[in-house]
Amino acid sequence: MNGYNFAYLDEQTKRMIRRALLKAVTIPGHQVPFGSREMPLPYGWGTGGIQVTASILGRADVLKVIDQGADDTTNAVSIRRFFARTAGVATTTRTADASVIQTRHRIPETLLREDQIIVYQVPQPEPLSKLEPSRAETRRMHALAEYGLMHVKLYEDIARIGAVTISYDYPVMVNGRHLMSPSPIPAFDTPKMDGMAALQLFGAGREKRIYAIPPYTSVKPLDFEDHPFRLTRAPHACALCGAGDSYLDEVVTDDRGGRMWVCSDTDFCAGRQPAGAA
Amino acid sequence: MSPDALLSARGLRLSFGRIDALDGVDAEVFPGEVLAVVGESGSGKTTLLHALSGAMCPDAGAVSYRGPDGAVQDVHRMPAPALRALHRSDWGTVHQDPRQSLRMAVSAGGNVGERLMAQGARHYGDIRAAAIDWLREVEIAADRVDDLPRTFSGGMLQRLQIARTLVTQPRLVFMDEPTGGLDVSVQARLLDLIRGLVARLGVAVVLVTHDIAVARLLARRIVVMRAGRVVETGLTDQVLDDPQHPYTQLLVSSVLHA
Repeated sequence: MNGYNFAYLDEQTKRMIRRALLKAVTIPGHQVPFGSREMPLPYGWGTGGIQVTASILGRADVLKVIDQGADDTTNAVSIRRFFARTAGVATTTRTADASVIQTRHRIPETLLREDQIIVYQVPQPEPLSKLEPSRAETRRMHALAEYGLMHVKLYEDIARIGAVTISYDYPVMVNGRHLMSPSPIPAFDTPKMDGMAALQLFGAGREKRIYAIPPYTSVKPLDFEDHPFRLTRAPHACALCGAGDSYLDEVVTDDRGGRMWVCSDTDFCAGRQPAGAA
Repeated sequence: MSPDALLSARGLRLSFGRIDALDGVDAEVFPGEVLAVVGESGSGKTTLLHALSGAMCPDAGAVSYRGPDGAVQDVHRMPAPALRALHRSDWGTVHQDPRQSLRMAVSAGGNVGERLMAQGARHYGDIRAAAIDWLREVEIAADRVDDLPRTFSGGMLQRLQIARTLVTQPRLVFMDEPTGGLDVSVQARLLDLIRGLVARLGVAVVLVTHDIAVARLLARRIVVMRAGRVVETGLTDQVLDDPQHPYTQLLVSSVLHA
């Protein structure tokens, strides 16, 4: 597109973000500050993820953008079109064909490979934010690996409700050292992060933080020995493709209590349906 | 420091502008003893407590602590992570206002268990059992374990704070006016409880109080402070029954007898 640099951001900004990314990759799970720029979309819509994607995108890349697993929702469509216009890169909805996947709130069901990068949009990078209001103090806690407070939160959940009630943005330990927010992906998706072959990058635009998980890094959800982390999933099969192991969305179909359960990952679901049905 | 002392301070000086809050203070705490620091408001009692616990760095002088392994460390020279670890495990603090150290939005059990979890305990059942045990120790009914501290009375909050502090079996506890702001009968029960626990666990306590009666009941040795200096020190009964320094005489004679 005329008047804009490749992938919208100027080269100096991309260099600054790439430096932050390199530092983030060397210290898995550690939040690196960066000079977040104004982007032509509102905070909370993926300003962090879009800056990371813009900085790593090359002309030969194939981009996929998902929002809650779907390729066809507003956020996904507009970010995909944004890069198609400002970078002229090829886009796709097929997970297997993409080299860069920007995501909001999901990890694709299809296993990611070494030659792929997944970029997460992060609203709140600090996992201790709800427990400790002072950022100076949470940074000190990260520096000294003092994470007892997070377990107090888990203790409270079990004592009051009988189980850990965190259903998304489930706190994880990365590389056995840093407590990290996995972004608001469902707790169902956190095991996919553990030892993932693809590079995982996280961008928080409003909070001005970047962090990363290199390939094949251990990512463990916090739990107690006698209350181990458990996957929760709606007890249904997908109404469209019949999958019994994918993450499901509940879709209300009428005003008389009708509802159906379908895969949240639209590409995964379409690939499982007979040709021509999707 | 003396070969069997737990904590030892030598020549502590600390001034706030023109005010000498500590003016050459020496003190020693031995394992399992209760040392009371008494004096009027502004005499430097609390400043001494802060200097001993590492919260405030003195202008001159040093505080040494002998760890469980026998190694002597300078409290103000050790790295911050080591001091924080010490405060989480080997040491404890009881504030006058329990709301300062308790987490008011976390249940009683969670409050007691926090120090265990900070030390790496990761078994829910064990943490909860320890919390219930300690609530019983401080005479809080086991069925209050999931209640929030804000549903507790002032005396219960103070007892909860004591349970939360003692759960990791510290060797040294700093107490700043632990019975302040409580009515007399609640105060008496709390003192009884502290005396029993301290004797049974063999924990050393540095107790700051303006209340001579509290010092007499709990402490084996006493330090009388005035204007940043130690004016008299010795066995509690000796100092209070036969005060030598005119200020101590004044302090003892000003206690009202009911």
